[in-house]
Amino acid sequence: MTVIAPQNSAAVTRGTGRAGAPEGPRSARTARLRRRIGDNLQAYAFLAAGLLCFALFSWYPLVKGIILSFQQDNFVTDPIWVGLDNYTAVLDDPLFATAWLNTLEFTGLALLFGFAVPFVLALVINEFRHAKGFFRFAVYLPVMLPPIVSVLLWQYFYDPGNGLFNAILTGVGLPGSDWTQSPKMAMISLVLVSTWANMGGATIMYLAGLAGIPGELYEAAELDGATVWQRVRHVTIPQMRFIMLVLLLLQIVATMQVFIEPYQLTGTTNPETITVMVLIYRYAFTINNDFGMAAAMSVLLFIVLGAFSALYLRLTRKAD
Amino acid sequence: MSSLTRSLISDADLRRGRGRLVYRLVLGTMAVLFLLIFIFPLYWMLTGAMKTPIELAQPSPTLWPTEWHPETYLDAWNRLEIGRYLLNTAGYALGGWLFQLIVDVAAAYALSKLRPVLGNVVLGGMLASLMLPAAALLVPAYLTVAEVPIFGVNLLNTPWALWLPGAANAFNIYVLKRFFDQIPNDLLDSAGIDGAGRLRLLWHIILPLSRPVLAVVSIFAIIGSWKDFLWPLLVLQEAEGQTISVALSRLASTGRVTNNEMFAGLAIASIPMVIIFMVFQRSILNGLSAGAIKG
Repeated sequence: MTVIAPQNSAAVTRGTGRAGAPEGPRSARTARLRRRIGDNLQAYAFLAAGLLCFALFSWYPLVKGIILSFQQDNFVTDPIWVGLDNYTAVLDDPLFATAWLNTLEFTGLALLFGFAVPFVLALVINEFRHAKGFFRFAVYLPVMLPPIVSVLLWQYFYDPGNGLFNAILTGVGLPGSDWTQSPKMAMISLVLVSTWANMGGATIMYLAGLAGIPGELYEAAELDGATVWQRVRHVTIPQMRFIMLVLLLLQIVATMQVFIEPYQLTGTTNPETITVMVLIYRYAFTINNDFGMAAAMSVLLFIVLGAFSALYLRLTRKAD
Repeated sequence: MSSLTRSLISDADLRRGRGRLVYRLVLGTMAVLFLLIFIFPLYWMLTGAMKTPIELAQPSPTLWPTEWHPETYLDAWNRLEIGRYLLNTAGYALGGWLFQLIVDVAAAYALSKLRPVLGNVVLGGMLASLMLPAAALLVPAYLTVAEVPIFGVNLLNTPWALWLPGAANAFNIYVLKRFFDQIPNDLLDSAGIDGAGRLRLLWHIILPLSRPVLAVVSIFAIIGSWKDFLWPLLVLQEAEGQTISVALSRLASTGRVTNNEMFAGLAIASIPMVIIFMVFQRSILNGLSAGAIKG
């Protein structure tokens, strides 16, 4: 509402400045002004709740997070400015590199599965003349489940002793695996459950994109003697380039914030799967409530992800 | 747009001898794979709850319970207090939905139709928050909720810790504003001449015309709060007020819960979402598709 105040006073001075003007137009002008002020006040009354929520829970925390990353605050005495101490502490932590490398590994693997598989699935489903509704329903069903349900359910599947996966593997004569408890398979296990739980969204969006490709393009390509693969290569992929790029960026931003899978499946102290988010969580909430270090790490994560987010927003808003 | 409705492979190719065979083979294989990969785990969860803990502990899993114990669902509901957590979650979801709708519709209406001074700056500031990954704001947002500036209140362990930050949803405001933008101003002007107030215009003209977008925003608001985990984990630390997701995670770590009761808990947490999906499948998938095409 503070935005209104200067406008209000400006209106008043303008009104008195023109005191000498003839009576008729003057009152018309003030009436118009009054209406404009009234309109603005009304508009901001509608906006007030939204502004307050954004100011308190979005804009203020952003500033607070940056300030906090340069401070040491025990929330009893006044916070002390410590310069870059939090940042050097974070960088000196041997887990810093581990967490970033693990996060990159997770993102890379998640893209390998989560980016390519939904595209191929959508391509195939789009060719079906039957049961399309079933395929759309089935692939999106896991997305509806609370993520913790997917993760806990898969925890049973992964159980090396009596889990379903090892039962199937040994059933067909393959060796079982320790899954989440094996250093080699831990990260892959996390990626698998995450992909299962999330790929429905991308598949549905690809299907929407595929449905929008004009049939003439395929018809013309076929008349030119293009094979199915050539049609995918020269018609489908170029037509889908934009949505593929958008989903790629969205997936990078989402998967780099991975938390629930390592938190529940492998624990917050497992060096094989500790991610950036898990480390932030540990700094702030489990070790010694070092909010300064957590804030410094958050700022670093924000810088990395902010670049991708900005690119995403630029792309999508330009398309409007 | 396209006058031809055809896809990558033409209908003719799929009807011809070899094409038809391949088509049926691929369709059948995919149907079986989808059943196994996406539907079977849910079957496993629902039936796992009805097996005995001994049967679940066997090294070779059974496809079909040897003894049926549907009463496990009741045990989980009472003993693990799943009922209470389900009710908590439903309350948070409904309240969160209500706040999002009221706050975001009002803001989008003001930005779209009332267009106040500096409206674009406000919109820009709100949209900029879309660039902030939730993860990066987690710690300062937590500290903010623990002591809200100006008001100086502590919202931890209250529903407000979920509802108020949730209402600041730039995506909703963006989607709603875009929809409101398409409603012709003439429609409002002609009603405005009759002396209808701003609120009445919103209520009697804008909202009835916006039913489709309101439905989509509502459904996604409910789904979003039902699925949320990390934020409720941080701000609701007292056990009795927790959401079902957080409670299940906590119960799973205690090790005092039998496997069949855990399966029952997982199933109970999922059923409301599966029902919502079955009822609103069209709105959900089409809403997602619309987002994909428009970006």
